[in-house]
Amino acid sequence: MKSETDLINKAEAYFRDELSAEDRERFEQLRENDPAVDQLVVNHFNFMKQLSDYGKRHQLLADLEDIHSEQDIASIRRSVTPNEVIIKKLWAKHRFNLAIAASVALFTLLSTLLYTGTFSPTKSDLVQLSQDFKDKLRMTDREIRSVKSRLNHGPVNPGTYGGTGFALSGNYIATGLHIVKGADSVYIQNSDGESYKGRVVYTDATYDVAILQITDPHFKAFTTLPYFIKKSESGPAEDVFTVGYPRDSQVYGKGYLSASTGYRGDTTQYQVSIDVNPGNSGGPLIDNRGNVIGLIQAKQASMEGAAFATKSSFLLKAIEAIPSDSLTDKLVLSKKNSLSGLSRNEQYNKLKKYVFMVKAYSAKH
Amino acid sequence: MVKNEIKKPGPTDSDFVFGLLNGSKETLNELYKAYFPMVMQLVITNNGDEDDAKDIFQETVIVLYNKVQQGNFELSSKLKTFIYSVARRLWLKKLTLLARKSGSIRDFEDILPVEQDLEQHEEKDEQFRMMGLALGKLGEPCKTIIEDFYIHNNSMQDICEKFGYTNADNAKNQKYKCLQRLKKLFFQV
Repeated sequence: MKSETDLINKAEAYFRDELSAEDRERFEQLRENDPAVDQLVVNHFNFMKQLSDYGKRHQLLADLEDIHSEQDIASIRRSVTPNEVIIKKLWAKHRFNLAIAASVALFTLLSTLLYTGTFSPTKSDLVQLSQDFKDKLRMTDREIRSVKSRLNHGPVNPGTYGGTGFALSGNYIATGLHIVKGADSVYIQNSDGESYKGRVVYTDATYDVAILQITDPHFKAFTTLPYFIKKSESGPAEDVFTVGYPRDSQVYGKGYLSASTGYRGDTTQYQVSIDVNPGNSGGPLIDNRGNVIGLIQAKQASMEGAAFATKSSFLLKAIEAIPSDSLTDKLVLSKKNSLSGLSRNEQYNKLKKYVFMVKAYSAKH
Repeated sequence: MVKNEIKKPGPTDSDFVFGLLNGSKETLNELYKAYFPMVMQLVITNNGDEDDAKDIFQETVIVLYNKVQQGNFELSSKLKTFIYSVARRLWLKKLTLLARKSGSIRDFEDILPVEQDLEQHEEKDEQFRMMGLALGKLGEPCKTIIEDFYIHNNSMQDICEKFGYTNADNAKNQKYKCLQRLKKLFFQV
């Protein structure tokens, strides 16, 4: 044996069964004759095992996370917590009695009030009041609008293109690359209409993904997100919804996954049957359990009723590929999903402040 | 006969063990379906929440996985009892650490003595953590070369092509240097 390098290479070839019978025998002979060599080989085999154990466990953890994200945690929880079941049973048994008792009480209350004349002189006052209130509202509204336009106006020239984006972590936002491509400046506007200055952190042309960061100091970074970005693929017929800005305010849209490939068989995308408009692109595609499964891309004019979305696994790949020196703050993806088991309405309400309008401006027209 | 047709039996204990031996993801999925609710019940009725249940269950699966991979899982004990006992022990330990409650727990299954398994698990856990740290410090391209060869079992030829080495000997030398650095980092931390 010439050197340790050689010995290690031999040992590895031996381990992988790549040696000829002759070499094999010679190697075994060498180990037998020289205890120091044998010791080295044994140590190396042990270290190789540690490395492969590490790899296996890493994979196991990733698989477990993946499987966990597909479980309906809320319903499992319900099935194992006995207290809630008892309350439900009680409610089912006694709700009629409760309803009758409540309506008798209400009836008694109303008839007493009517009898004592509490209702009689009200009408004109009420109308007056509501008129008054309306005027005040209108004034306040006007004031708010003028203050807002003073505070948060973007640059003077109008946005060349607008789309949607959604929060990833802290002050990072995911959106479509085509929305911010070639932009000089990017503004991100929340569901309350407040807009913040942002910058493009990373773009990935293959998957049409861009990662933005809100740089405006007035923006309060998110500490938690209600959704989880799914690692595994979803299949056709899965119910999905999206929230986006096809116009100036947030719009909800629902549909279903229609194919597990995108335009011209693109395996990085889903085909989605959902009613979307150009402003929706960059928005999140969310399944029933509240997992983000994709990022909406522009719809193909040639195919009616079909939109496409980049699969979440490729969004995650793009995020992984961000060089760490272009991140000023840590980008830590949410591991929790607090949307599962909620009704659509509740899901939307929890979600809406995490979905933004992305406005890109460029000086050249 | 009719009964058998109606009630489709889930995987048996030995199905689970063989599946875990082969690293089958389908088995993991079945394992989740079959036993996660039990662990969730244990954790939630004993001052825990859903996230605690998730952590405890995943750690339990790792303990089981290591035991099966080492080939010393005896089918004489029921898999369910084993999982319950490990999860219970892990949760007790976490409760004591958090000082939420100590010593007692509300049980609803039989318990096996699993202390030895957990000692081994802690040792492995430490090694896993240290290997992660060492690989993290190793830097590129070493990290990928090492992972490709020793974890993904790629051939030297593949690595040679992937990294554009002009011949296999250069790649081997580079891999050897990386390996020495990794060993140094691993045994040092």
